Parts: sequence; structure tokens; C-alpha cells
Amino acid sequence: EKTKEGFLSKITKAMVGKSTVDDQVLDELEEVLVTSDVGVSTTLKIIERIQARVARDKYVNTSELNAILREEIQALLAENNSSDFEHFEYGEHKPYVIMVVGVNGVGKTTTIGKLAHQLKEAGNSVVLGAADTFRAAAVDQIRLWGERVGVRVVAQAMGSDPASVAFDTVKSAVANGDDVAIIDTAGRLHNKVALMNELTKIKQVMQKVVPGAPHEILLVLDASTGQNAIEQCRQFTQATDVNALALTKLDGTAKGGVVIGISDQFKIPVKYIGVGEKVGDLQLFNKKEFVDSLFK
Amino acid sequence: MFQNLQDKLDRAFKVLKGQGNITEINVAETMKEIRKALLDADVNYKTAKAFTDEVKQKALGQNVLTSISPGQLLTKIMNDELTALMGGSATELDLSKSPTVILIAGLNGAGKTTFSGKLAKFLKEKKGKKPLLVAGDVYRPAAIDQLQVLGQQVDVPVYADTESKDPIGIAKAGVAEAKQKGYNVVIVDTAGRLAIDEALMNEISAVKEATQPHEILFVVDAMTGQDAVNTAKTFNDRLDFTGAVLTKLDGDTRGGAALSIKSVVNKPIKFIGTGEKMEALDVFHPDRMASRILGMGDVVSLVERA
Ligand SMILES: Nc1nc2c(ncn2[C@@H]2O[C@H](COP(=O)(O)OP(=O)(O)OP(=O)(O)O)[C@@H](O)[C@H]2O)c(=O)[nH]1
Ligand SMILES: Nc1nc2c(ncn2[C@@H]2O[C@H](COP(=O)(O)OP(=O)(O)OP(=O)(O)O)[C@@H](O)[C@H]2O)c(=O)[nH]1
Ligand SMILES: [Mg+2]
Ligand SMILES: [Mg+2]
Repeated sequence: EKTKEGFLSKITKAMVGKSTVDDQVLDELEEVLVTSDVGVSTTLKIIERIQARVARDKYVNTSELNAILREEIQALLAENNSSDFEHFEYGEHKPYVIMVVGVNGVGKTTTIGKLAHQLKEAGNSVVLGAADTFRAAAVDQIRLWGERVGVRVVAQAMGSDPASVAFDTVKSAVANGDDVAIIDTAGRLHNKVALMNELTKIKQVMQKVVPGAPHEILLVLDASTGQNAIEQCRQFTQATDVNALALTKLDGTAKGGVVIGISDQFKIPVKYIGVGEKVGDLQLFNKKEFVDSLFK
Repeated sequence: MFQNLQDKLDRAFKVLKGQGNITEINVAETMKEIRKALLDADVNYKTAKAFTDEVKQKALGQNVLTSISPGQLLTKIMNDELTALMGGSATELDLSKSPTVILIAGLNGAGKTTFSGKLAKFLKEKKGKKPLLVAGDVYRPAAIDQLQVLGQQVDVPVYADTESKDPIGIAKAGVAEAKQKGYNVVIVDTAGRLAIDEALMNEISAVKEATQPHEILFVVDAMTGQDAVNTAKTFNDRLDFTGAVLTKLDGDTRGGAALSIKSVVNKPIKFIGTGEKMEALDVFHPDRMASRILGMGDVVSLVERA
């Protein structure tokens, strides 16, 4: 049903009747990558790699070019030295504390609901912390998710100190023997210094209860976001040491190509993808599948 | 990102500096850099190409007066072109009907509900209207509560039906309520939806059919990338919207999506969102947006140094 015109069809068109990769094909490739939000510099990097490969291997046909492209893009994604995660499962730490951050409306709260569901299905006991005490009805929203997936939600009144909610949540997770605690935070634009400092504080407060917490700081990115996602990644990482990414709304026509440059530049792995609004619509990121979906 | 752009243009303008008139050769490198800068600003690929071609055509063969450099001339051409593309002056809402029905539509999380609240406040305080908000999102958890909280903040009543799962019925009942109780503007908030979600797109078409809105506002996140064209086009094909709203411009995005929307569907952008609070709403100014996309601050300072 998707209306995306695929890589393959475009490149095939440009390759018709040719035995080598010429400028027209590379132009086509540039268009395809840029319109997937891969960004100019990352696109140029990919094209340079392709050109080098082509110069080395001499003869290249469409299917070979496709294979090379996939390999090179996957290689860029793999440069953060991560292998894909295979389970919604966490070993060593108990409670394993996840703090979820990102700009406004990207899908943080929804991702938390869906992740809680996956973790619970995998046999973990999960508690959620309603540390967005700012946005209208944010606490109601996460409470409803808690009901929907059957996990506890620790909350205070709207307007209360988010760090205090985070503190309570982690404490409650320890007392209750929960396996995972997930802390929601209010959406904030990365250029707002006071709000970014607040995140640092929320993070530090949790360490007082569980040293080393939060173990996972998950930055949620919207697949329809363009090049600004790079700046989001830079600023949130600076404030909170982001160590995992979630890419949401991949069920739409946006391809989320910006994560290729991000994972290359910041060495932070994409861990989850959101593919819908329903409880089951969260998947573990798979490099090969992601790259394949670009080619579809 | 800004530094990056500055460096690029710096390099580009260096090529032109000290050359008397604009030729194919001395403009090519600059155009390439400008196109890259536009793409980094999330301007649509095709739009960026067409724009640089246009600027190049205008620039070619022009004699550069001794008083200005080729860089200055190019900057002026670029600024004029972009401002023209962004559509002259600000476009207001048509509020002549009573009640005026305004339907709010867009992708998930774009800022529709927040904008609905802001618009209600704006119409009440700046236009002397008596608005009614209608809670037409029956899907997102706590969507109705969210609008109710905002309604309270701006002191505008909210029509809601927590029992109903039928957005078409709710919207219709909301408009009827407005007529009966003498509200002269009805703002219908709707659930976020993807342009390719057939069922939900049919649903919002039916809401339009049932309420015959006078204004349909398409709400877009200013940080949107290349997909902005697809989404704007599909929503416009289905709804024939009367204007767009660009949200989250308080961030540091250059907002190239604005240009894409304007050039692809040729509908005016009517408002911009500049914050989470209810007063963070501005009417759209094409010239300001043009300089933001171009990073005019940077460009002007470059020209001054040239
Ligand atoms: N189609 C689709 N919609 C999604 C996905 N993830 C989240 N959404 C929707 O995006 C909208 C915003 O989601 P939220 O979870 O409220 O986003 P948030 O980041 O918590 O927002 P704030 O807390 O306001 O900053 C809602 O309509 C969600 O249903 C996804 O993967 N696909
Ligand atoms: N910084 C900033 N945040 C905004 C702006 N407009 C909306 N937001 C925030 O963006 C997030 C999403 O806004 P909503 O109004 O819930 O978006 P929506 O389109 O109604 O979302 P769905 O109904 O889930 O599709 C919230 O955190 C808002 O506070 C804006 O102009 N600036
Ligand atoms: Mg949230
Ligand atoms: Mg909403």
C-alpha cells in the first residue's frame, strides 16, 4: 500500500542500457538518498564509496550496484560497532532503568507504552515513571498506557518536580523488586538550555537510588524529521549521554534516512523502531531490514 | 549546522569575490553550495534544484555594478526569489461566517491539539470571537483530557463526548452545539494520522463532508524533512486545505519544509507555533521565513565581508 517509489525502480530506470555506473546513475542515487533524508554529506560519503568500489570492480550492472549500495549503507550503520539487539531482554542490572528523552511529539510516551508491553511479554515486571508533569494531560496519557499493558505507573500531580517523580519511580522499583523501570520525560527542544539542564538533573537524581542508573538513555527520533535530528542527537547526547535510539513512525512514507548519518557520526545504535500506534507496534531495529526497506 | 552553512557559503563566495560579472563558470560552484545549503535546511530536493536553476538564470549575464560584488547581487536575487516563492504577505483566516468552522488536520504529534488551544485563545482575545473547541480525537490516550486542560487554560469551552468513538458524529454534534449556544467559531481537533492510512484519511474526509468547514488547517512540524511534500500533497488531495500551520519554530530547525509545502501545494502558511504555551502563536511572515531558510544573517554578514 505504500506509495514510496523504491530505490530499485529508480536506479533500474537510470541504469537501462548501461554497463557502468555513470554520472546519471550517481545523480539518481543522490536524489534517492537525499529524498530519504540521508543528508548531503552522508550521501556524498556513500557515493564516494560506491565510486571507489566501481572503479575497483570495473563492470557493474544494476543488481550488483544494488548489492553494493546495501553493503555500503549497512557498513555505515555498523560503524558504531554494534550488533543488532535480538531480544527485549536485559541481563545484569536490576532494576534496569531506562530514561526516555526527545523533542516534542516524537512518540516518547507511546514508545514507552509499547516497550513496557514487550518487556512484560518477555516475563519482566515493569514500572513506569510519569516524569512529564508539564504537558497537558501527560500523566493521564501514561496512566492509560499503564492500564492498557497492565503495568504500574508511579506519578505525582501535574506541575510537580520531574526529578522527584523519577526518584520515586526508581525507589519503588527497588522496593518492589521490579526488573525494569522506564521514565517518561516531557518533550523539549534541544536548544532550550534550562530544559536540557533539567534532564541532567533528573538523570543524576536516579543515581542516588541505583548507582549507574539510568542504564539506558533512549533518545526518540521521529522518522519524518529531517536534518534537525542530527542537532537533536548532538544536544541530547551532550546533556544526558544518550546510548540508544528509537526511530518512530516508520509506518509512514518517511524513511528515516537521517539515522544513517547519525549512527555513523555519533556511534549510537538504533535499538527500537515504532511502526504504528498500537501496543504491538514496536520492533527491534534490524540493519539489514532497515536498509532493505530503503530499497523497496 | 549553522557554522557548517557559513563555512560552505564562505567558500562559495570566495570563488566569486573580485570577479566583475556573473558567468556560467563563476556561478556554478556557488549554486552547488547554495543547493547543498538548501538541502541541509530540509528544502525538498526538486524544489532546491528548481530554485537554484531559477536563481542562476536570473544571475547569468548580469553586469555587476562597480559598487556591489557578484556575491551581493546573487544574495539579493536569492532573497527576492525565495520571498516571492513563500508567497508575498501574510494570509488571514476567513472568519466571516457564523459559526465559522475550522477543521484541524495533520500527522501524529505535529501539534494539532496544542495549536487548537492557541487558536482559540488568539480568536477570543485578538479577534473578539466566541470560540468552541471540539474534541474529535477518539484514539490517542487522554487526547480529550488534553484538549480540556488547554480549553481551561485559555478559558474556552470544549465540546466532548467521552462515550462516543465516532469522530464524525462528535464533530457534527459540536457544530450543532455551537449554533444552538451562539458560538461564532468552532475549532475541531482531530486525531493524528498518516497520509497513507486509508481508513483514517477516509474518516477525516467524512468529517469534512459532515461539517462543511470554512477553513481547513494542515498542521506540520517545522522539523519535517523531505517527506513534507508527500504528506502535504496527500492531505491536500484529500482535504483541499485552506492553509498550513508550521509548529515548533522555537527550535533551531531552518524549516525548509515551509518552502516545500508552499511550492508543492501552493497553499498559504497562516500561522507558526513558537512554543508550548498558549500564547506562543504568530501569524506567518514569508519574508522572515525566507531569511530563516537561507540563513540570511549568515549570508548578509558574508556579503559584508566580501
Ligand atoms: N503512526 C505512528 N504514530 C506514532 C508512533 N509512535 C507514536 N505515534 C503517535 O505520535 C503521537 C505523539 O506520540 P506521544 O507518545 O504522545 O509523543 P511524545 O514524544 O510523548 O510527545 P510529548 O510528550 O508531547 O513530547 C501520538 O499520536 C502517537 O499515537 C508510530 O510508531 N507510528
Ligand atoms: N516547542 C514547541 N512545542 C510544541 C509546539 N506546538 C506543539 N508543541 C508540543 O508538541 C507536542 C505534541 O503536540 P500535540 O498538540 O499533542 O500534537 P498533536 O498533533 O495533537 O498530536 P496527536 O494528536 O497525537 O497527533 C506537545 O509536547 C506540545 O507541547 C510549538 O510550537 N513549540
Ligand atoms: Mg509524552
Ligand atoms: Mg492531538
